[in-house]
Amino acid sequence: MRFPTLSTLALGLLILLGPAAFAGPPAANQPSEIKVDTPAQEGIQVPKPPFSEGIFPCTSCHDGKSMKPNLKRRVLTDMHTDIILNHGPASRWCLDCHDANNRDSLHLASGEKVSFTASYLLCGQCHGDKLRDWRVGVHGKRTGNWNGLKQYLLCVNCHNPHSPRFKALKPMPAPTPPEQIKARKGGAR
Amino acid sequence: MTDQKTPCPSGGCEASSSAGGSRRKFLGAATAAMAAALTGCGTISKEEFLQHNFKELSKDEVLSVIDRLEKEYKAKYGKEVKVANTPPIPGVIFGYALDLSRCIGCRRCVYACVKENNQSRDPQIQWIRVLQMDKEEGVNLQHADQYYNPEEVPEEGHFYMPVQCQQCKKPPCTKVCPVGATWREKDGIVVVDYNWCIGCRYCMAACPYGARHFNWGEPNLPADEVNPKTHYLGNRPRPKGVVEKCTFCIQRTRNGRYPACVEICPTGSRKFGNLLDKDSEIRYILENKRVFKFKEDLNTQPNFFYFYGV
Ligand code: SF4
Ligand code: SF4
Repeated sequence: MRFPTLSTLALGLLILLGPAAFAGPPAANQPSEIKVDTPAQEGIQVPKPPFSEGIFPCTSCHDGKSMKPNLKRRVLTDMHTDIILNHGPASRWCLDCHDANNRDSLHLASGEKVSFTASYLLCGQCHGDKLRDWRVGVHGKRTGNWNGLKQYLLCVNCHNPHSPRFKALKPMPAPTPPEQIKARKGGAR
Repeated sequence: MTDQKTPCPSGGCEASSSAGGSRRKFLGAATAAMAAALTGCGTISKEEFLQHNFKELSKDEVLSVIDRLEKEYKAKYGKEVKVANTPPIPGVIFGYALDLSRCIGCRRCVYACVKENNQSRDPQIQWIRVLQMDKEEGVNLQHADQYYNPEEVPEEGHFYMPVQCQQCKKPPCTKVCPVGATWREKDGIVVVDYNWCIGCRYCMAACPYGARHFNWGEPNLPADEVNPKTHYLGNRPRPKGVVEKCTFCIQRTRNGRYPACVEICPTGSRKFGNLLDKDSEIRYILENKRVFKFKEDLNTQPNFFYFYGV
């Protein structure tokens, strides 16, 4: 786990106080409606990672005592069989990203541990251009206030890390063609 | 309060400002009768008929207009509807950028907008129109389809281009309005005063983006779907016979929030911010990405941009 330095903490605090501190009166009379799920890190506010129901913390099973880590690259057959890995080279496997010594954590190629709420650092090792664009708010989605507190989505909120291609969606209904639109009778004017 | 100024949209009421009480009362009643005669129906109130152009109203007059509207909405929808009058934030000009390399044409934005901005459900009015285009043709309106309806989007060989009001810096729509019912605000939002609009639809003919929509019939907005947080120049419920358009969610953005379409978009294609803030995401896009303006050759100078994020 990386501990935030004092300056990143201060920056986070500044972001949290942002709207109240410098948005001026209009923002003050309408309280921000954005939900804050996790504390800000590096001044970035992210939601909870989208874990499968009941799966976290991983250490409730992978406690390192009753279940010893098996470092051998293999296809999982007993557990997690729902996960289909379709991300990068075929040789990739769980412990390339998940940390064998602390399962509640991820790790970078360097071995440095990274929390699930900062998984973008892990993604950014290969997708550096996307991480750069995400940090400035061009890649990915932000909600909240354009001039204050905003929540970023994590990479994994849109891209399943095990199979990251963005999934196709059913479109909402097409507009009604003008010839089928009937004016309703009555009303003022 | 309207009696103080006795404005008269049909002209020729100069004498009334100096007129005495009883005469003024008489004139008021006469104008109301005339209102009923002119509009062919009796539902428009005297106050509404006498209301001046929003830009010319004093602070007190605005408050009393808002008060009247809130009462009308309460009677109509059976719930509190707040009509705000939030002014532009000094030092802010809004800009928008849409990432054509990411939009998948799912139309989530269209319906989020309808809900947020109290558009009529039937007859249907939608401020955002998503065009499906051919990748081979590029941005070419002759190859654009707005009625696409496959099982899943995006479809092979296509890209998607949502179009809404481009909040032009040189808006042809405002120039042609014969009564000055539509104008560009200081923060760059082009607005309509629905109480001053006469429904001539000149602005619709002038807008090259099809961004303006007319209430041909009485708008149908189910009471339980009314968004009660409204702005006078934005999403307050509209009457029949007036023109409406995207206002960058004026009721949200003037309070610091992102527009509804930005927040709903599942692909994060929609970007919004202050063009005058050099640290904003919108400025980063303009300075670092490939950006174009739609129909740039017309010199409407949109503050709405399209870009390629990849
Ligand atoms: S919601 Fe986003 S992805 Fe869907 S059509 Fe609108 S802009 Fe495109
Ligand atoms: S897009 Fe159309 S409605 Fe919007 S400002 Fe430009 S001309 Fe006016």
